[in-house]
Formats: sequence, C-alpha cells, structure tokens
Amino acid sequence: MYDTIGIWVGAFFTLAIYSFLYKENPVYRLAEHLVVGISLGYTMVLIYNTVILPKLLEPLFAGNHWILIIPGLLGLLYITRFIPSIAWLSRYPIAFIMGTGMGIGFPLTMKAYVLRQLEAAMVPLYESGMPWYEVFGNIVMIFGTLAALIYFFFSKPHKGLFFGTGSKIGIWVIMLGFGATFGFTVMGRISLLIGRIQYLLGDWLHLIE
Amino acid sequence: MKRTVPLMIVMVGGILMMVQYFIPHQYSQVIFNNYLEWAPIVGAFALILGVGSLTRLHTHKIRRKAQNWQYSWAVLIPLFGMPLFALIIPQSLGGGSDVHGVHDFLFMHIQVPIQSTMFSLLAFYIASAAFRAFRAKSALATILLLAAVIVMLGQVPIGDVLGKWLPNTGLWILRYPNLAAKRAIMLGVGFGMLATNLKIIFGVERNWLGGAGK
Repeated sequence: MYDTIGIWVGAFFTLAIYSFLYKENPVYRLAEHLVVGISLGYTMVLIYNTVILPKLLEPLFAGNHWILIIPGLLGLLYITRFIPSIAWLSRYPIAFIMGTGMGIGFPLTMKAYVLRQLEAAMVPLYESGMPWYEVFGNIVMIFGTLAALIYFFFSKPHKGLFFGTGSKIGIWVIMLGFGATFGFTVMGRISLLIGRIQYLLGDWLHLIE
Repeated sequence: MKRTVPLMIVMVGGILMMVQYFIPHQYSQVIFNNYLEWAPIVGAFALILGVGSLTRLHTHKIRRKAQNWQYSWAVLIPLFGMPLFALIIPQSLGGGSDVHGVHDFLFMHIQVPIQSTMFSLLAFYIASAAFRAFRAKSALATILLLAAVIVMLGQVPIGDVLGKWLPNTGLWILRYPNLAAKRAIMLGVGFGMLATNLKIIFGVERNWLGGAGK
C-alpha cells in the first residue's frame, strides 16, 4: 500500500514538473515550492541527527565535554543576524569558519589544483610499445594544456609566435574540451530522462518490464 | 569590535590552520582535531539563518497576500513538517516505528522524483540550446559541434554500428584534448582560489563582512 501510494504520488509530481514544457502552471508551481520546503526540512533533520545531536548535545549532556559550549555559543551568534542592533555579532562565527576554512583550504588547493595537475601533465611523450594514438594523445595533452594556459594569460597581448599562435591553438583545445563536456552532459540528462520515462511506463503504468 | 575583531579571527585562524598543515607536531594535531570537532558545530548553526530568512520571506508574503501567496504554504508546511515527523512523531504510516514514516515518504516520493525530473527536464532545454550554440557558423563552432557529436554517438549503440572508430575517437577526445582543456581551467581556478584565500586571510577582501551593523 505504502509503495503503491508512493508511486502514484511520485508519478503525479513527475508529470507536474513535465507540465512546464507546455507552460508554467499552478501544479508546476506547487511542486516547485514543495521541493524547496522538503529539501530544507530534510537538511534540518539531517544536520540535527548527524551534527547537533552526536557532536554537541550528547557529549555536553554526558558532562565531560564542557569545552563544546564555546562552538555552541559561537554558532548561536548567527541568530543575532535577525536583531539589527547586534547583527554585527554574527560576523564572529562567519569569521571563524571563513578564516580556518581558508587556512585549511590553502595547502589543499595548492596540492589538488596545482601540484597534482602539473604532476599528472608530466607524462612521457613516447615509450617503447606505445600505440601511435597514445603518443599523439600525450603530445596533444601536454602542448594543449600549455596552449590553453597561454589563452588564459591576459597580462600579455595575444600577438607573435608564442602568445599569438599559442592562444589560437589554446582556444581550439578549449573548444574541443567544451564540446566533449557538452556531449557528456547531454548524455547524462538523456539518461535521467530515460529513467523517468521508465518510472512512468514501468513502475507506474506497468506498460514495460 | 565590529570589524577589527572578526578580521583578526580570520587572520589568526587562517595562518594557524595553514601553518599546522606543514608542522606534523602533536600540538598542531590537537589544534587540527579540535577544529574538526568545532567547525561542523559552528557551521551547522548557519542553517538557522537559511531557515529564518525563508520563513520570514514566506510569512511576509502570506501576511501581505502578495501575488501567488498560497504557494508559500507549500514551502512552510513541509519545512516545519519534516522535522516534526522525523523527530517528534516518527511513527510509520501504518502506525509502527519502521522506516516508512511520513518524513521518509515525503523525501522518497516527492523530493526524489521532483529533483530527478527537474534535471531530466534539462534534456529538452539542452537540445534547443545545442541547436543555437552548434550552428556551425565558424571553425571554432564546428570543432565544438564535431566534438560533442562524436562523444555523444560514441556512447550509444548506434555509434558502434556506424563504425568502431566512433566510440574510440570519442574516448580519445575525452582522454586527451578534453583533459588538456580541463587541466588548464583547473590550474586557473586553483591559482584564483589561492589568491582569494590569501586576500581573505590578510583582510584585503572584506565583502564577507556584509553590512550588518556597519
């Protein structure tokens, strides 16, 4: 019974969202507003169950982690945002999260976005037994990365052999990359569409297996 | 107190956390472990801001009977109903206490279908966007079009039928030129993030302070 009602409700809201393809209508608007309320309500429950209860309330009430009052009070300062006369106090928890987050993020960003990327780009162009398309691919990848970086370097005019030709090759590589990413995204969306159609025709109407 | 102390918290916190990464001493580990306990707690309270703002916006709309105010109930009822059904009355629809509660029902049979349908809806819009973007007006647009078509055809059975070269070429584009473009973009994003991190830590970038209380 639970599953049957669930599938009917799910099918109703699936069709409600697809009704937008015709034009915006009250059923679509209802679904759109519901999803905002449900997702935030769900997040509230999730945060309470995974953070507030096990990391703050339970250790505090167990009586051996009184130090946790500090982050608790710091967090409560967010509420002052709703009281104009002391709204500036809400900057304190923001500053804590912002400062420590930036500090932790700096070496991690350097590692993941710069060093690891440079390391991965330094591949041998040719090794014995390597097929020709891999050799060509490695050349494209190494010089393509350099050319795309030249395209993004705006401190020098894109003229001459190095900057001019480099940036031209760079935009070609970027366009190939964008095209591939677009194609990949389209395929992902089409898969989701197929999933919804299977849900409607299979789970709901039982027209397909 | 209003601006200087928060800026100092950012600077001291930022430098401390940056330095502790490079010093594997037990004291620095203690600081880091404490941070890992504290940060989620402080961050979790930020949700109050989101819930508060959304509630204020929609109660205001209902009170003023603004345009489409009826839909505000569709936000507020599940917003407060979800915690109510999950924490206060978590009974199932059948009266027991198994997983099939109202909270679970609302999430699995309303939230999940709506979200996946919204993403699948983009398939229709992406098709029309593709038509506009991919009109081969220039050499660059033609490259974009060819790369997208080869990658798309390479991933469906018809691509295999048309020729083995199609999926292989699609894979090659994804593995080499696509990776080169992505890597260059990631390096640019990385340097941008590093610069922004430093600007915030040293107080050059202060927009995050907002205008609360000046």
